[in-house]
Amino acid sequence: MTSIEAQVLQPYKYGFETNIESEIVPPGLNEDVIRLISTKKGEPEWMLEWRLKAYRQWVRTTEPHWANVRYGPIDYQAISYYAAPKRGPELTSLSDVDPKLIETFDKLGIPIEEQKRLAGVAVDAVFDSVSVATTFRAELAKSGVIFCPISEAIREHPDLVREYLGSVVPANDNFFAALNSAVFTDGSFVYVPKGVRCPLELSTYFRINARATGQFERTLIIADAGSYVSYLEGCSAPTRDENQLHAAVVELVAHDDATIKYSTIQNWYPGDAEGRGGIYNFVTKRGKCAGRRSKISWTQVETGSAITWKYPGCILQGDDSIGEFYSVAVTSQRQQADTGTKMIHLGRNTRSTIVSKGISAGLGQNTYRGLVKILKGADGARNYSQCDSMLIGDRCGAHTFPYIDVRNSTAIMEHEASTSKIGEDQIFYLRQRGLSAEDAVSLIVNGFCKQVFRELPMEFAVEAQRLLGISLEGSVG
Amino acid sequence: MSVAPMLEIRDLHVAINGTEILRGVDLTMDRGTVHAIMGPNGSGKSTLAQVLAGHPAYEVTAGTVRYEGQDLLDMAPEERARAGVFLAFQYPVEVRGITNSYFLRSAVNAIRKHKGQPELDALDFLEVLEEKLKAIGWDDSFLNRPVNEGFSGGEKKRNEILQLAVLEPRLAILDETDSGLDIDALKTVAAAVNTLRSPARAFLVVTHYQRLLDHITPDFVHVLADGRMVRSGGPELAHELEAKGYDWLRDGAVVS
Repeated sequence: MTSIEAQVLQPYKYGFETNIESEIVPPGLNEDVIRLISTKKGEPEWMLEWRLKAYRQWVRTTEPHWANVRYGPIDYQAISYYAAPKRGPELTSLSDVDPKLIETFDKLGIPIEEQKRLAGVAVDAVFDSVSVATTFRAELAKSGVIFCPISEAIREHPDLVREYLGSVVPANDNFFAALNSAVFTDGSFVYVPKGVRCPLELSTYFRINARATGQFERTLIIADAGSYVSYLEGCSAPTRDENQLHAAVVELVAHDDATIKYSTIQNWYPGDAEGRGGIYNFVTKRGKCAGRRSKISWTQVETGSAITWKYPGCILQGDDSIGEFYSVAVTSQRQQADTGTKMIHLGRNTRSTIVSKGISAGLGQNTYRGLVKILKGADGARNYSQCDSMLIGDRCGAHTFPYIDVRNSTAIMEHEASTSKIGEDQIFYLRQRGLSAEDAVSLIVNGFCKQVFRELPMEFAVEAQRLLGISLEGSVG
Repeated sequence: MSVAPMLEIRDLHVAINGTEILRGVDLTMDRGTVHAIMGPNGSGKSTLAQVLAGHPAYEVTAGTVRYEGQDLLDMAPEERARAGVFLAFQYPVEVRGITNSYFLRSAVNAIRKHKGQPELDALDFLEVLEEKLKAIGWDDSFLNRPVNEGFSGGEKKRNEILQLAVLEPRLAILDETDSGLDIDALKTVAAAVNTLRSPARAFLVVTHYQRLLDHITPDFVHVLADGRMVRSGGPELAHELEAKGYDWLRDGAVVS
């Protein structure tokens, strides 16, 4: 291992386990388990039916293996599909939250106690299969913004959920989306009413804690006409020898003139140096720019997980709508990532921008896979794609699979790609100017990722910087 | 009062990938002096420059280098830089996405921190930078461009000299700074170097051609051939080489 590799292969800092009494359903998946989950969540009959239909679809589909990742078979009957910390009477305020959970989220840098909460950020904290706290709800309600666990939205806002759930990612979209639709447990629900600029950053933090469980996050965000919302998700999990499955579905809907900015800092446990353990992160995220001049912007910083399979995309349906995808994916040790985006242009004068930065170190394998599709009616559509790969050391890999499908001759497509290697010469140059080797690597990686980091909300840019162990460039200079 | 020389190289042997490049180099430099190292291609000139700066690819197999009384070979590259050793690279490296001014401030602050001085914030640093630019008569056009990215050969070399001006080293090593420069750029760079000459600062100018030395007059000229110093003299030696080439030195006995 070179000195440069040693810089980036830092130990995982979030691998602790919370010792809390949990209720875990026995492993295995069948219709009874789905009924049990639905009952535990107090769901109406339509929701149960929706889940069962998804389950029947899942049973008929097979796990996809076209991604450029390698892993052993997953035994879906060995996974527990519901785990929740035991608790006493129903929570009525944040002060009822188990102190152990508060302590856990504190340690992760996500304070959920009212007096410690992050300024300007409302947080929904999801622990295994349930949301344990959501801050700032009253304040958000003043402007009509709904921000709550999706389990609660199913009970309290059934009309909105029924209208939009599965409208962007239908249950039969793919194997993992079908699985999620059948067994999803918690995640966030956001509704921003017409003309409202959401006064706070919204954020959900997902924590897997229990052994031998899967986490099936479901998030649904609706931005009504002329509204704006910025949402961020973060995640982490304890260090374990076994692999754990995280199969999420995220759906976004933006109406006329609405903007959704969705940022992810993904830091699931990546497994150890020998490739033991780590999260399988098989995620379907998609946004629909339903309205004219609507905009959906995905920004992701993917540093964790043993395997990442994830393509946040945009369906650009409304005329003049805009889709964006900014990504930094880091694979070190034996991590594998196959990630990218799908931009589907349906409306006229729709525009999409893709900026993907892959960093591979150790034995990491990093794949960019992206689809840009311009359909017949999408007159004047434009896409700009940029895929850059950086290699650290000589045992890792970078791969790029850009798919372009254009069915309208007025489309304008641009694609740029580059591969670079942090070399001893580059490090030496910076050390010769007085920087330490660590700072030299930081500076190079920081420069490489800058286009993506500047898309993150300020509070989270700092988090991303800390995760990559790098120093953010000042605002002046 | 006896003062130790700034740089003292004794019997330096250096190899790369098992091949010996330098075979016993001796050189002594005092503060405020300008020494030129000339020699044919492959003589080991650039190797000497890189070894003094601490490039990890080179292996010192014998000999000593003392800089300001310290064992230079025992110091990491960044420790040498912080102690005032600067190398203007023959092939400066690009750093994408990082502006020149941010890079320079990071370097200045790394050195200030080492000296126990407070770090400069962006505004304070801008003042320092503008003063330096004025001193060498350059405008601020490349401060906000990414480090060396998309720079022409001449711009890269100018950028090295700008870094030299800002970092204020005590020993500045210029490795083929004239290569790839047209005559106007050469004059600009040389003029900047001349304004940076001072009694406290020594220069080691590595060059293949005499033309740079028309503009930066050295106090001493040394000729390196096949990894050894074969001739030392005053500025006139450079002119002699220009007239006769290097071959006449190779055939004769080694002169040190």
